[in-house]
Amino acid sequence: MALTGVLRPGHMQIRVLDIEESIDFYTNVLGLIQTGRQGDRAYFKTWDERDHNSFIIREADSAGTDFYGFKVLNADTLNRLESDLKAYGVATERIKAGDLLETGERVRFEIASGHQIELYAEKKDVGNGQTYVNPAPWTSAADNGIAPIRMDHALLYGPDIEKVQDLFVNVLGFYLVEHIVLPDGETDLAIWLSCSTKAHDVAFVRNEEPGKLHHTAFLLDSWERVLRAADIMSMNKVSIDMGPTRHGVTRGTTIYAFDPSGNRFETFCGGYQSYPDWEPITWTFDEVGPAVFYHDRKLNPAFLEVYT
Amino acid sequence: MSTYHTVTLQDPSGATLQEYRCAEDQSLLVGSERLGNGRIPIGCRGGGCGVCKVELLEGEVVRRRMSRAHITEADEAAGIVLSCRIFPRGDVAVRLVNRAADVAA
Repeated sequence: MALTGVLRPGHMQIRVLDIEESIDFYTNVLGLIQTGRQGDRAYFKTWDERDHNSFIIREADSAGTDFYGFKVLNADTLNRLESDLKAYGVATERIKAGDLLETGERVRFEIASGHQIELYAEKKDVGNGQTYVNPAPWTSAADNGIAPIRMDHALLYGPDIEKVQDLFVNVLGFYLVEHIVLPDGETDLAIWLSCSTKAHDVAFVRNEEPGKLHHTAFLLDSWERVLRAADIMSMNKVSIDMGPTRHGVTRGTTIYAFDPSGNRFETFCGGYQSYPDWEPITWTFDEVGPAVFYHDRKLNPAFLEVYT
Repeated sequence: MSTYHTVTLQDPSGATLQEYRCAEDQSLLVGSERLGNGRIPIGCRGGGCGVCKVELLEGEVVRRRMSRAHITEADEAAGIVLSCRIFPRGDVAVRLVNRAADVAA
């Protein structure tokens, strides 16, 4: 088996200003399934995800991200990566099993961009509403609201992204898929990293302020579903930032929009399949417009200035 | 049928930038941008990012929760608010401030 080590993005926890309003939004507009509620947190998964939760919201007095977690193959892998992180010079913390509902022990650490990143090996398989024998291709939940397939990736804003890249590549086994280079021809404005054959599992944009969230992305399976998502957003007066359009980077089709607390999310389709032996794709700064928004061919002011 | 009020938006020097009708169920920000000629910088429209900051000069409004990372209690007491979270209940006057003023300039 080739896919070992870090498997995939497993959970994102964000802060919302009003949890009841947000539960309504994530359930009925985005079309996630609520799988739990404990204290000030509510837990969600997409209809097709099998693990208990992938997206958690917490009521707070500011918006933004608390942490972004990756699932690893098994407990041995978790232990090995924890020692590798320590050997690399990163302070790690163990969070006990059950702190997040139906989730095992987590190893948490802060990266140079100011984000809290987690690794874990166990989260309860609650299934996608089907059995593992002779399942149907989809369920009625696949048409409730926007109804993405999975929490796909995140774009995080912060400083020192070359240090972040070094850690993700040399300790966690990710590889660089694409990057946008600043006018000096050397420094990266943005990097897209994969731990799989997805065009990205996490991306970073260089930003003075640390620990910021640009967006959490949810996967749809067709351009038609992206257009349907845009209809649902307008039917529900959702704040749209950009799209429907295409990214040059990853070639994904996309809408950027905001949840009721101003946290940006993306409804995303496509992106090519990549492999670790591929040469990374470079975008020069004079083509940053089409790199980000392929049809508008220019950034909107919100791309670099609006984040939580 | 919505009830509308008039919003007067000033630049930081006090000159009028835009005067527009805003429904009671529309935020001052969304009212400003709906004809495509809005002068308040557009951010998340959800009280989270802080881009659409204005100073409330006069008028009765309803407020919704705003991120404390951008609007402190002291700010709010001084009338500094995020225009995406302010809904008019009478005619309103607001002025661009801080980051909003920088972006608009």
